[in-house]
Amino acid sequence: MESVTLTSDNMKMRTLGLEVFYQDFQALHGVSMEIKANHVTALIGPSGCGKSTFLRTLNRLNELIEGTTIQGQVYLDDLSIYEKEVDVVALRKRVGMVFQKPSVFPMSVYENVAYGPRIHGIKDKSKLDEIVEKSLRDANLWEEMGSRLNSPAARMSGGQQQRLVIARVLAVGPEVILMDEPASALDPISTSKLEELIAELKKNYTIVIVTHNMQQAARVSDYTGFFLNGHLIEFNRTKELFVNPANQKTEDYITGRFG
Amino acid sequence: MQPVQPKTSQRRGESAIEKLLVLSAAIFIIVIALITIFIFSRGLPLLFEIGLGDFIFNYDWRPTKGAFGIGAMVAGSLAVTLSAMVWAVPLGICTAILMAEIAPPQMGRLLGNMVELLAGIPSVVYGFVGLVLVVPFIREYLGGNGLSVLAGAIILGIMILPTVINISRDSIMAVPKEYKEGSLALGATHYQTIFRVIIPAARSGIITAVVLGMGRAIGETMAVVMVTGNAAIIPGSILEPVRTMTSNIVLEMGYAAGDHQAALFATGVVLFVFIVALNMMVNIAAKAGAARDGK
Repeated sequence: MESVTLTSDNMKMRTLGLEVFYQDFQALHGVSMEIKANHVTALIGPSGCGKSTFLRTLNRLNELIEGTTIQGQVYLDDLSIYEKEVDVVALRKRVGMVFQKPSVFPMSVYENVAYGPRIHGIKDKSKLDEIVEKSLRDANLWEEMGSRLNSPAARMSGGQQQRLVIARVLAVGPEVILMDEPASALDPISTSKLEELIAELKKNYTIVIVTHNMQQAARVSDYTGFFLNGHLIEFNRTKELFVNPANQKTEDYITGRFG
Repeated sequence: MQPVQPKTSQRRGESAIEKLLVLSAAIFIIVIALITIFIFSRGLPLLFEIGLGDFIFNYDWRPTKGAFGIGAMVAGSLAVTLSAMVWAVPLGICTAILMAEIAPPQMGRLLGNMVELLAGIPSVVYGFVGLVLVVPFIREYLGGNGLSVLAGAIILGIMILPTVINISRDSIMAVPKEYKEGSLALGATHYQTIFRVIIPAARSGIITAVVLGMGRAIGETMAVVMVTGNAAIIPGSILEPVRTMTSNIVLEMGYAAGDHQAALFATGVVLFVFIVALNMMVNIAAKAGAARDGK
Protein backbone atom coordinates (compact mmCIF):
# COMPACT_ATOMS: atom_id res chain seq x y z
CA MET A 1 0.00 0.00 0.00
CA GLU A 2 1.24 3.45 -0.88
CA SER A 3 2.18 5.73 1.89
CA VAL A 4 -0.20 8.66 2.19
CA THR A 5 -1.04 11.05 4.93
CA LEU A 6 -4.26 12.91 5.53
CA THR A 7 -3.30 16.25 4.04
CA SER A 8 -5.17 18.55 1.78
CA ASP A 9 -3.33 17.72 -1.43
CA ASN A 10 -5.15 15.79 -4.14
CA MET A 11 -8.56 16.35 -2.54
CA LYS A 12 -11.57 15.77 -4.79
CA MET A 13 -14.33 16.60 -2.34
CA ARG A 14 -14.35 18.17 1.07
CA THR A 15 -17.03 18.87 3.66
CA LEU A 16 -16.74 21.44 6.42
CA GLY A 17 -18.98 21.41 9.49
CA LEU A 18 -21.80 19.76 7.59
CA GLU A 19 -25.14 19.67 9.43
CA VAL A 20 -28.30 18.16 7.97
CA PHE A 21 -31.79 18.44 9.44
CA TYR A 22 -34.94 16.58 8.45
CA GLN A 23 -37.61 18.87 9.88
CA ASP A 24 -36.57 18.96 13.57
CA PHE A 25 -34.40 15.86 13.47
CA GLN A 26 -30.68 16.50 13.15
CA ALA A 27 -29.21 13.74 10.98
CA LEU A 28 -25.63 15.02 10.75
CA HIS A 29 -23.60 16.95 13.34
CA GLY A 30 -20.68 19.02 12.09
CA VAL A 31 -19.16 16.48 9.72
CA SER A 32 -15.86 17.49 8.15
CA MET A 33 -14.27 15.02 5.79
CA GLU A 34 -11.80 15.01 2.93
CA ILE A 35 -12.26 12.68 0.00
CA LYS A 36 -9.13 11.93 -1.93
CA ALA A 37 -9.13 11.77 -5.73
CA ASN A 38 -8.71 8.35 -7.35
CA HIS A 39 -9.21 6.56 -4.08
CA VAL A 40 -12.08 4.63 -2.56
CA THR A 41 -13.58 6.08 0.59
CA ALA A 42 -15.88 3.80 2.57
CA LEU A 43 -18.54 5.01 5.01
CA ILE A 44 -19.53 2.55 7.71
CA GLY A 45 -21.76 2.59 10.75
CA PRO A 46 -25.00 1.13 12.07
CA SER A 47 -28.37 1.81 10.37
CA GLY A 48 -29.57 5.37 10.87
CA CYS A 49 -26.11 6.69 11.70
CA GLY A 50 -26.20 9.26 8.89
CA LYS A 51 -23.81 7.67 6.41
CA SER A 52 -26.36 7.55 3.58
CA THR A 53 -27.50 11.07 4.41
CA PHE A 54 -23.89 12.19 4.16
CA LEU A 55 -23.51 10.45 0.79
CA ARG A 56 -26.62 12.13 -0.56
CA THR A 57 -25.41 15.58 0.41
CA LEU A 58 -22.45 15.10 -1.94
CA ASN A 59 -24.64 15.36 -5.09
CA ARG A 60 -27.51 17.25 -3.48
CA LEU A 61 -29.91 14.33 -3.85
CA ASN A 62 -31.03 14.89 -0.25
CA GLU A 63 -32.91 17.93 -1.54
CA LEU A 64 -35.61 15.59 -2.84
CA ILE A 65 -36.75 14.94 0.72
CA GLU A 66 -39.25 17.53 1.83
CA GLY A 67 -38.15 19.66 4.78
CA THR A 68 -34.41 19.06 4.52
CA THR A 69 -32.09 21.88 5.55
CA ILE A 70 -28.33 21.99 5.29
CA GLN A 71 -25.64 24.01 7.00
CA GLY A 72 -21.90 23.96 6.41
CA GLN A 73 -19.92 23.56 3.22
CA VAL A 74 -19.41 20.89 0.59
CA TYR A 75 -16.68 21.43 -1.99
CA LEU A 76 -16.13 19.64 -5.26
CA ASP A 77 -12.63 20.74 -6.20
CA ASP A 78 -12.96 24.51 -5.60
CA LEU A 79 -16.70 24.63 -6.17
CA SER A 80 -18.90 25.15 -3.14
CA ILE A 81 -21.84 23.02 -4.32
CA TYR A 82 -24.57 24.54 -2.12
CA GLU A 83 -24.05 28.08 -3.46
CA LYS A 84 -27.17 29.50 -5.07
CA GLU A 85 -25.69 29.83 -8.56
CA VAL A 86 -24.56 26.20 -8.78
CA ASP A 87 -26.34 24.24 -11.51
CA VAL A 88 -27.59 21.00 -9.90
CA VAL A 89 -27.79 19.29 -13.29
CA ALA A 90 -24.14 20.01 -14.01
CA LEU A 91 -23.18 18.96 -10.48
CA ARG A 92 -24.92 15.60 -10.77
CA LYS A 93 -23.24 15.05 -14.10
CA ARG A 94 -19.91 15.33 -12.30
CA VAL A 95 -21.00 13.39 -9.20
CA GLY A 96 -22.86 10.22 -10.22
CA MET A 97 -24.70 7.85 -7.92
CA VAL A 98 -25.43 4.12 -7.69
CA PHE A 99 -28.20 2.93 -5.39
CA GLN A 100 -28.80 -0.02 -3.13
CA LYS A 101 -31.50 -1.56 -5.30
CA PRO A 102 -30.36 -1.79 -8.93
CA SER A 103 -32.51 0.88 -10.55
CA VAL A 104 -32.39 -0.07 -14.22
CA PHE A 105 -35.05 1.74 -16.21
CA PRO A 106 -37.70 -0.41 -17.94
CA MET A 107 -35.99 -0.06 -21.31
CA SER A 108 -33.36 -1.93 -23.30
CA VAL A 109 -29.75 -2.23 -22.16
CA TYR A 110 -28.70 0.24 -24.85
CA GLU A 111 -31.38 2.79 -23.92
CA ASN A 112 -30.41 2.62 -20.26
CA VAL A 113 -26.82 3.56 -20.99
CA ALA A 114 -27.71 6.11 -23.67
CA TYR A 115 -30.23 7.81 -21.37
CA GLY A 116 -27.72 10.08 -19.64
CA PRO A 117 -25.89 11.27 -22.76
CA ARG A 118 -29.25 11.84 -24.46
CA ILE A 119 -30.64 14.09 -21.75
CA HIS A 120 -27.40 16.03 -21.90
CA GLY A 121 -28.00 16.69 -25.58
CA ILE A 122 -26.06 14.06 -27.55
CA LYS A 123 -28.18 12.98 -30.52
CA ASP A 124 -25.62 11.60 -32.96
CA LYS A 125 -26.20 7.85 -33.21
CA SER A 126 -22.57 6.84 -33.84
CA LYS A 127 -21.43 9.00 -30.93
CA LEU A 128 -24.03 7.33 -28.70
CA ASP A 129 -22.99 3.87 -29.91
CA GLU A 130 -19.43 4.71 -29.02
CA ILE A 131 -20.34 5.95 -25.52
CA VAL A 132 -22.54 2.92 -24.86
CA GLU A 133 -19.81 0.48 -25.86
CA LYS A 134 -17.12 2.27 -23.87
CA SER A 135 -19.30 2.55 -20.78
CA LEU A 136 -20.29 -1.11 -20.90
CA ARG A 137 -16.65 -2.11 -21.37
CA ASP A 138 -15.58 0.02 -18.44
CA ALA A 139 -18.30 -1.56 -16.30
CA ASN A 140 -17.11 -5.08 -17.26
CA LEU A 141 -20.41 -5.76 -18.95
CA TRP A 142 -19.58 -5.63 -22.66
CA GLU A 143 -18.63 -9.30 -22.95
CA GLU A 144 -21.89 -10.40 -21.36
CA MET A 145 -24.28 -7.89 -22.88
CA GLY A 146 -22.56 -6.55 -26.02
CA SER A 147 -24.58 -8.89 -28.24
CA ARG A 148 -27.84 -8.29 -26.36
CA LEU A 149 -28.03 -4.51 -26.34
CA ASN A 150 -31.69 -4.50 -27.33
CA SER A 151 -32.99 -6.90 -24.71
CA PRO A 152 -34.88 -5.47 -21.72
CA ALA A 153 -32.53 -4.49 -18.92
CA ALA A 154 -34.90 -5.86 -16.29
CA ARG A 155 -34.25 -9.42 -17.51
CA MET A 156 -30.59 -9.27 -16.47
CA SER A 157 -29.41 -10.72 -13.17
CA GLY A 158 -29.15 -8.45 -10.13
CA GLY A 159 -25.37 -8.26 -10.42
CA GLN A 160 -25.54 -7.41 -14.11
CA GLN A 161 -28.19 -4.79 -13.41
CA GLN A 162 -25.99 -3.13 -10.81
CA ARG A 163 -23.08 -3.03 -13.27
CA LEU A 164 -25.45 -1.65 -15.90
CA VAL A 165 -26.37 1.14 -13.50
CA ILE A 166 -22.66 1.84 -13.11
CA ALA A 167 -22.26 1.87 -16.90
CA ARG A 168 -25.15 4.32 -17.07
CA VAL A 169 -23.37 6.57 -14.59
CA LEU A 170 -20.06 6.28 -16.47
CA ALA A 171 -21.80 7.29 -19.71
CA VAL A 172 -22.29 10.86 -18.52
CA GLY A 173 -18.59 11.17 -17.70
CA PRO A 174 -18.57 11.76 -13.95
CA GLU A 175 -15.55 12.53 -11.79
CA VAL A 176 -16.93 11.14 -8.55
CA ILE A 177 -19.14 8.04 -8.15
CA LEU A 178 -21.22 7.65 -5.01
CA MET A 179 -22.40 4.15 -4.15
CA ASP A 180 -25.10 3.52 -1.55
CA GLU A 181 -24.76 -0.09 -0.37
CA PRO A 182 -24.37 -1.24 -3.97
CA ALA A 183 -23.81 -4.91 -3.11
CA SER A 184 -26.38 -5.43 -0.37
CA ALA A 185 -28.91 -6.99 -2.77
CA LEU A 186 -26.34 -9.16 -4.57
CA ASP A 187 -25.14 -12.74 -4.17
CA PRO A 188 -21.47 -13.38 -3.23
CA ILE A 189 -20.25 -13.96 -6.80
CA SER A 190 -21.90 -10.81 -8.12
CA THR A 191 -20.53 -8.96 -5.12
CA SER A 192 -16.97 -10.00 -5.84
CA LYS A 193 -17.38 -8.97 -9.49
CA LEU A 194 -18.62 -5.60 -8.29
CA GLU A 195 -15.69 -5.22 -5.93
CA GLU A 196 -13.25 -6.03 -8.76
CA LEU A 197 -14.96 -3.37 -10.83
CA ILE A 198 -14.63 -0.80 -8.04
CA ALA A 199 -10.91 -1.53 -7.81
CA GLU A 200 -10.55 -0.89 -11.56
CA LEU A 201 -12.72 2.22 -11.56
CA LYS A 202 -10.69 4.05 -8.97
CA LYS A 203 -7.91 4.51 -11.52
CA ASN A 204 -10.10 7.04 -13.29
CA TYR A 205 -12.72 8.01 -10.75
CA THR A 206 -13.08 9.01 -7.14
CA ILE A 207 -15.38 6.62 -5.32
CA VAL A 208 -17.35 6.98 -2.11
CA ILE A 209 -19.14 3.85 -0.96
CA VAL A 210 -21.60 3.30 1.88
CA THR A 211 -21.58 -0.26 3.13
CA HIS A 212 -22.98 -2.35 5.95
CA ASN A 213 -20.37 -4.96 5.34
CA MET A 214 -17.15 -4.22 7.20
CA GLN A 215 -15.20 -6.90 5.35
CA GLN A 216 -16.22 -5.20 2.15
CA ALA A 217 -15.07 -1.82 3.43
CA ALA A 218 -11.76 -3.39 4.43
CA ARG A 219 -11.38 -5.06 1.04
CA VAL A 220 -12.24 -2.25 -1.35
CA SER A 221 -11.47 1.04 0.36
CA ASP A 222 -8.39 3.15 0.96
CA TYR A 223 -10.04 5.39 3.54
CA THR A 224 -12.86 4.68 5.94
CA GLY A 225 -15.15 6.94 7.92
CA PHE A 226 -17.10 5.58 10.88
CA PHE A 227 -20.42 7.29 11.61
CA LEU A 228 -22.49 7.01 14.78
CA ASN A 229 -25.66 8.96 15.62
CA GLY A 230 -24.91 11.59 12.98
CA HIS A 231 -21.33 12.18 14.09
CA LEU A 232 -18.23 11.26 12.16
CA ILE A 233 -16.47 9.38 14.96
CA GLU A 234 -13.30 8.45 13.20
CA PHE A 235 -11.82 8.91 9.75
CA ASN A 236 -8.56 7.35 8.71
CA ARG A 237 -6.77 5.14 6.25
CA THR A 238 -8.73 1.89 6.13
CA LYS A 239 -5.78 -0.22 7.29
CA GLU A 240 -5.20 2.08 10.23
CA LEU A 241 -8.85 2.28 11.23
CA PHE A 242 -9.48 -1.44 11.20
CA VAL A 243 -6.18 -2.53 12.73
CA ASN A 244 -5.64 0.23 15.17
CA PRO A 245 -8.79 2.26 15.84
CA ALA A 246 -8.21 5.43 17.80
CA ASN A 247 -11.69 5.66 19.26
CA GLN A 248 -13.23 3.14 21.63
CA LYS A 249 -16.61 3.37 19.83
CA THR A 250 -14.98 2.52 16.52
CA GLU A 251 -13.31 -0.48 18.09
CA ASP A 252 -16.59 -1.62 19.65
CA TYR A 253 -18.32 -1.38 16.29
CA ILE A 254 -15.72 -3.12 14.14
CA THR A 255 -15.30 -5.90 16.65
CA GLY A 256 -19.05 -6.40 16.57
CA ARG A 257 -19.90 -5.34 20.09
CA PHE A 258 -22.87 -3.29 18.83
CA GLY A 259 -24.63 -2.24 15.66
CA MET B 1 -48.34 -28.26 25.71
CA GLN B 2 -50.20 -26.39 23.00
CA PRO B 3 -52.31 -28.68 20.85
CA VAL B 4 -50.89 -28.92 17.33
CA GLN B 5 -54.36 -29.13 15.77
CA PRO B 6 -56.81 -26.31 16.48
CA LYS B 7 -59.81 -27.26 18.59
CA THR B 8 -62.57 -28.92 16.62
CA SER B 9 -65.08 -26.15 17.31
CA GLN B 10 -62.62 -23.65 15.89
CA ARG B 11 -62.07 -25.80 12.82
CA ARG B 12 -65.78 -26.16 12.30
CA GLY B 13 -66.10 -22.36 12.42
CA GLU B 14 -63.39 -21.89 9.84
CA SER B 15 -64.83 -24.41 7.44
CA ALA B 16 -68.21 -22.65 7.72
CA ILE B 17 -66.58 -19.35 6.80
CA GLU B 18 -64.86 -21.01 3.88
CA LYS B 19 -68.16 -22.47 2.65
CA LEU B 20 -69.82 -19.06 2.95
CA LEU B 21 -67.08 -17.46 0.83
CA VAL B 22 -67.34 -20.16 -1.83
CA LEU B 23 -71.11 -19.72 -1.85
CA SER B 24 -70.80 -15.94 -2.34
CA ALA B 25 -68.43 -16.44 -5.25
CA ALA B 26 -70.74 -19.07 -6.76
CA ILE B 27 -73.77 -16.77 -6.51
CA PHE B 28 -71.82 -13.98 -8.16
CA ILE B 29 -70.73 -16.20 -11.03
CA ILE B 30 -74.24 -17.62 -11.50
CA VAL B 31 -75.80 -14.14 -11.62
CA ILE B 32 -73.29 -12.95 -14.24
CA ALA B 33 -73.81 -16.12 -16.26
CA LEU B 34 -77.61 -15.79 -16.13
CA ILE B 35 -77.52 -12.16 -17.27
CA THR B 36 -75.21 -13.05 -20.13
CA ILE B 37 -77.26 -16.06 -21.20
CA PHE B 38 -80.49 -14.06 -20.98
CA ILE B 39 -79.22 -11.17 -23.11
CA PHE B 40 -77.72 -13.45 -25.71
CA SER B 41 -80.71 -15.78 -25.88
CA ARG B 42 -83.06 -12.86 -26.46
CA GLY B 43 -80.82 -10.96 -28.87
CA LEU B 44 -78.89 -13.54 -30.87
CA PRO B 45 -81.76 -15.19 -32.86
CA LEU B 46 -82.74 -11.90 -34.47
CA LEU B 47 -79.11 -10.99 -34.96
CA PHE B 48 -78.57 -14.19 -36.97
CA GLU B 49 -81.80 -13.71 -38.89
CA ILE B 50 -80.82 -10.21 -40.04
CA GLY B 51 -77.11 -10.91 -40.29
CA LEU B 52 -74.52 -9.29 -38.09
CA GLY B 53 -73.18 -7.02 -40.82
CA ASP B 54 -76.62 -5.75 -41.79
CA PHE B 55 -77.59 -5.17 -38.19
CA ILE B 56 -74.51 -3.14 -37.33
CA PHE B 57 -73.88 -1.24 -40.56
CA ASN B 58 -77.37 -0.64 -41.91
CA TYR B 59 -78.73 2.64 -40.62
CA ASP B 60 -82.36 2.10 -41.44
CA TRP B 61 -84.02 1.90 -38.01
CA ARG B 62 -87.81 1.63 -38.28
CA PRO B 63 -88.44 -1.08 -35.72
CA THR B 64 -92.22 -1.01 -36.04
CA LYS B 65 -91.88 -1.63 -39.80
CA GLY B 66 -89.37 -4.43 -39.44
CA ALA B 67 -86.24 -2.43 -40.38
CA PHE B 68 -83.59 -3.16 -37.78
CA GLY B 69 -80.30 -1.42 -38.61
CA ILE B 70 -78.43 0.17 -35.73
CA GLY B 71 -75.71 1.72 -37.90
CA ALA B 72 -76.72 5.23 -36.84
CA MET B 73 -76.54 4.25 -33.17
CA VAL B 74 -73.17 2.57 -33.56
CA ALA B 75 -71.91 5.73 -35.27
CA GLY B 76 -73.56 7.81 -32.53
CA SER B 77 -71.89 5.87 -29.72
CA LEU B 78 -68.51 6.14 -31.45
CA ALA B 79 -68.94 9.84 -32.25
CA VAL B 80 -69.89 10.82 -28.69
CA THR B 81 -67.32 8.55 -27.05
CA LEU B 82 -64.39 9.51 -29.27
CA SER B 83 -65.10 13.23 -29.11
CA ALA B 84 -65.34 12.98 -25.31
CA MET B 85 -62.00 11.16 -25.21
CA VAL B 86 -60.29 13.65 -27.49
CA TRP B 87 -60.35 16.28 -24.78
CA ALA B 88 -60.81 14.32 -21.56
CA VAL B 89 -57.90 11.88 -21.99
CA PRO B 90 -55.13 14.47 -22.45
CA LEU B 91 -56.61 16.62 -19.68
CA GLY B 92 -56.94 13.63 -17.37
CA ILE B 93 -53.39 12.39 -17.95
CA CYS B 94 -51.93 15.87 -17.47
CA THR B 95 -53.92 16.25 -14.24
CA ALA B 96 -52.66 12.87 -13.05
CA ILE B 97 -49.05 13.91 -13.74
CA LEU B 98 -49.60 17.14 -11.86
CA MET B 99 -51.14 15.36 -8.88
CA ALA B 100 -48.56 12.59 -8.69
CA GLU B 101 -45.37 14.45 -9.47
CA ILE B 102 -45.57 18.21 -9.50
CA ALA B 103 -48.15 19.53 -7.05
CA PRO B 104 -47.14 19.89 -3.40
CA PRO B 105 -48.66 17.04 -1.33
CA GLN B 106 -51.41 19.23 0.13
CA MET B 107 -52.59 20.39 -3.27
CA GLY B 108 -52.37 16.79 -4.54
CA ARG B 109 -54.65 15.65 -1.75
CA LEU B 110 -57.10 18.48 -2.39
CA LEU B 111 -57.25 17.60 -6.10
CA GLY B 112 -57.68 13.95 -5.15
CA ASN B 113 -60.68 14.79 -3.00
CA MET B 114 -62.20 16.83 -5.81
CA VAL B 115 -61.78 13.93 -8.23
CA GLU B 116 -63.46 11.60 -5.71
CA LEU B 117 -66.33 14.06 -5.53
CA LEU B 118 -66.58 14.15 -9.31
CA ALA B 119 -66.75 10.35 -9.35
CA GLY B 120 -69.54 10.29 -6.79
CA ILE B 121 -72.02 12.52 -8.61
CA PRO B 122 -74.92 10.50 -10.10
CA SER B 123 -75.09 10.55 -13.88
CA VAL B 124 -78.59 12.04 -13.91
CA VAL B 125 -77.14 15.12 -12.20
CA TYR B 126 -74.50 15.41 -14.91
CA GLY B 127 -77.26 15.11 -17.48
CA PHE B 128 -79.28 17.80 -15.77
CA VAL B 129 -76.33 20.17 -15.60
CA GLY B 130 -75.70 19.48 -19.27
CA LEU B 131 -79.30 20.20 -20.13
CA VAL B 132 -79.47 23.44 -18.15
CA LEU B 133 -75.99 24.85 -18.87
CA VAL B 134 -74.24 23.17 -21.80
CA VAL B 135 -77.14 22.72 -24.20
CA PRO B 136 -78.38 26.36 -24.03
CA PHE B 137 -74.78 27.56 -24.34
CA ILE B 138 -74.26 25.59 -27.54
CA ARG B 139 -77.62 26.71 -28.92
CA GLU B 140 -76.80 30.34 -28.15
CA TYR B 141 -73.20 30.59 -29.34
CA LEU B 142 -72.56 27.74 -31.77
CA GLY B 143 -75.91 27.08 -33.42
CA GLY B 144 -78.27 24.16 -33.81
CA ASN B 145 -80.72 23.35 -31.07
CA GLY B 146 -77.98 22.53 -28.59
CA LEU B 147 -78.89 18.87 -28.09
CA SER B 148 -75.87 17.47 -29.90
CA VAL B 149 -72.78 15.30 -30.13
CA LEU B 150 -70.83 18.20 -28.65
CA ALA B 151 -73.05 18.44 -25.55
CA GLY B 152 -72.68 14.69 -25.05
CA ALA B 153 -68.93 14.89 -25.52
CA ILE B 154 -68.57 17.65 -22.94
CA ILE B 155 -70.68 15.90 -20.29
CA LEU B 156 -69.26 12.42 -20.97
CA GLY B 157 -65.73 13.80 -20.92
CA ILE B 158 -66.27 15.23 -17.45
CA MET B 159 -67.74 11.91 -16.35
CA ILE B 160 -64.77 9.82 -17.48
CA LEU B 161 -62.19 12.22 -16.01
CA PRO B 162 -62.17 10.55 -12.57
CA THR B 163 -61.51 7.13 -14.13
CA VAL B 164 -58.70 8.44 -16.32
CA ILE B 165 -57.17 10.57 -13.56
CA ASN B 166 -57.31 8.03 -10.73
CA ILE B 167 -55.92 5.06 -12.61
CA SER B 168 -53.22 7.15 -14.36
CA ARG B 169 -52.20 8.76 -11.07
CA ASP B 170 -52.02 5.42 -9.28
CA SER B 171 -49.86 3.92 -12.01
CA ILE B 172 -47.56 6.95 -12.02
CA MET B 173 -47.23 6.80 -8.25
CA ALA B 174 -46.51 3.06 -8.44
CA VAL B 175 -43.35 3.71 -10.48
CA PRO B 176 -40.46 2.74 -8.16
CA LYS B 177 -38.75 5.77 -6.64
CA GLU B 178 -35.43 4.26 -7.70
CA TYR B 179 -36.25 5.15 -11.32
CA LYS B 180 -36.82 8.75 -10.38
CA GLU B 181 -33.73 9.04 -8.20
CA GLY B 182 -31.63 7.17 -10.74
CA SER B 183 -32.65 9.61 -13.43
CA LEU B 184 -32.18 12.72 -11.29
CA ALA B 185 -28.78 11.45 -10.14
CA LEU B 186 -27.71 11.34 -13.79
CA GLY B 187 -28.37 15.05 -14.00
CA ALA B 188 -31.81 14.87 -15.61
CA THR B 189 -34.25 17.63 -14.77
CA HIS B 190 -37.55 16.82 -13.08
CA TYR B 191 -39.45 17.21 -16.36
CA GLN B 192 -37.00 15.07 -18.33
CA THR B 193 -37.41 12.44 -15.64
CA ILE B 194 -41.21 12.62 -15.83
CA PHE B 195 -41.45 12.37 -19.60
CA ARG B 196 -38.58 10.01 -20.35
CA VAL B 197 -38.64 7.60 -17.42
CA ILE B 198 -41.76 7.86 -15.26
CA ILE B 199 -44.44 8.08 -17.97
CA PRO B 200 -42.92 5.28 -20.09
CA ALA B 201 -42.67 3.13 -16.96
CA ALA B 202 -46.33 3.83 -16.16
CA ARG B 203 -47.44 3.34 -19.76
CA SER B 204 -49.47 0.15 -19.36
CA GLY B 205 -51.37 1.66 -16.41
CA ILE B 206 -52.13 4.78 -18.41
CA ILE B 207 -53.38 2.70 -21.34
CA THR B 208 -55.61 0.84 -18.87
CA ALA B 209 -56.95 4.17 -17.64
CA VAL B 210 -57.79 5.27 -21.17
CA VAL B 211 -59.50 2.03 -22.15
CA LEU B 212 -61.54 1.83 -18.94
CA GLY B 213 -62.54 5.46 -19.46
CA MET B 214 -63.66 4.52 -22.95
CA GLY B 215 -65.68 1.61 -21.58
CA ARG B 216 -67.35 3.91 -19.11
CA ALA B 217 -68.16 6.40 -21.90
CA ILE B 218 -69.66 3.82 -24.23
CA GLY B 219 -71.77 2.32 -21.47
CA GLU B 220 -73.07 5.59 -20.04
CA THR B 221 -76.76 6.14 -20.68
CA MET B 222 -78.68 8.61 -18.56
CA ALA B 223 -76.63 11.76 -19.07
CA VAL B 224 -76.28 10.99 -22.76
CA VAL B 225 -80.02 10.53 -23.27
CA MET B 226 -80.61 13.90 -21.66
CA VAL B 227 -78.25 16.02 -23.77
CA THR B 228 -77.76 14.42 -27.19
CA GLY B 229 -81.21 14.84 -28.75
CA ASN B 230 -81.57 11.12 -29.59
CA ALA B 231 -82.33 11.36 -33.32
CA ALA B 232 -81.48 8.05 -34.98
CA ILE B 233 -79.47 9.64 -37.79
CA ILE B 234 -75.82 9.71 -38.66
CA PRO B 235 -74.67 13.15 -37.47
CA GLY B 236 -73.19 15.45 -40.11
CA SER B 237 -71.43 17.66 -37.56
CA ILE B 238 -70.83 17.74 -33.82
CA LEU B 239 -73.65 20.26 -33.48
CA GLU B 240 -76.27 17.79 -34.70
CA PRO B 241 -78.25 15.45 -32.46
CA VAL B 242 -77.33 11.82 -32.22
CA ARG B 243 -78.56 8.59 -30.61
CA THR B 244 -76.23 6.13 -28.94
CA MET B 245 -76.76 2.38 -28.56
CA THR B 246 -77.47 2.76 -24.86
CA SER B 247 -79.96 5.56 -25.49
CA ASN B 248 -81.65 3.41 -28.10
CA ILE B 249 -82.28 0.65 -25.56
CA VAL B 250 -83.51 2.88 -22.77
CA LEU B 251 -85.75 5.00 -24.99
CA GLU B 252 -87.62 2.15 -26.66
CA MET B 253 -87.57 -0.57 -23.99
CA GLY B 254 -90.80 0.64 -22.48
CA TYR B 255 -93.03 -0.06 -25.47
CA ALA B 256 -91.04 -2.53 -27.56
CA ALA B 257 -92.42 -6.03 -28.13
CA GLY B 258 -91.64 -9.02 -30.32
CA ASP B 259 -88.87 -8.52 -32.88
CA HIS B 260 -88.50 -4.90 -31.81
CA GLN B 261 -87.67 -5.99 -28.29
CA ALA B 262 -85.31 -8.64 -29.63
CA ALA B 263 -83.57 -5.95 -31.67
CA LEU B 264 -82.96 -3.96 -28.49
CA PHE B 265 -81.49 -7.04 -26.84
CA ALA B 266 -79.33 -7.51 -29.93
CA THR B 267 -78.14 -3.91 -29.45
CA GLY B 268 -77.25 -4.95 -25.91
CA VAL B 269 -75.30 -7.92 -27.27
CA VAL B 270 -73.27 -5.61 -29.52
CA LEU B 271 -72.52 -3.30 -26.57
CA PHE B 272 -71.65 -6.24 -24.37
CA VAL B 273 -69.18 -7.67 -26.87
CA PHE B 274 -67.70 -4.22 -27.41
CA ILE B 275 -67.03 -3.66 -23.72
CA VAL B 276 -65.69 -7.18 -23.14
CA ALA B 277 -63.34 -6.62 -26.08
CA LEU B 278 -62.16 -3.36 -24.49
CA ASN B 279 -61.47 -5.10 -21.19
CA MET B 280 -59.52 -7.81 -23.00
CA MET B 281 -57.46 -5.09 -24.65
CA VAL B 282 -56.61 -3.79 -21.18
CA ASN B 283 -55.37 -7.20 -20.09
CA ILE B 284 -53.32 -7.64 -23.24
CA ALA B 285 -51.79 -4.18 -22.84
CA ALA B 286 -50.92 -4.90 -19.23
CA LYS B 287 -49.33 -8.23 -20.12
CA ALA B 288 -47.38 -6.71 -23.00
CA GLY B 289 -46.12 -4.01 -20.63
CA ALA B 290 -45.03 -6.59 -18.08
CA ALA B 291 -43.26 -8.61 -20.77
CA ARG B 292 -41.45 -5.53 -21.99
CA ASP B 293 -40.25 -4.75 -18.48
CA GLY B 294 -39.02 -8.32 -18.21
CA LYS B 295 -41.23 -9.24 -15.29
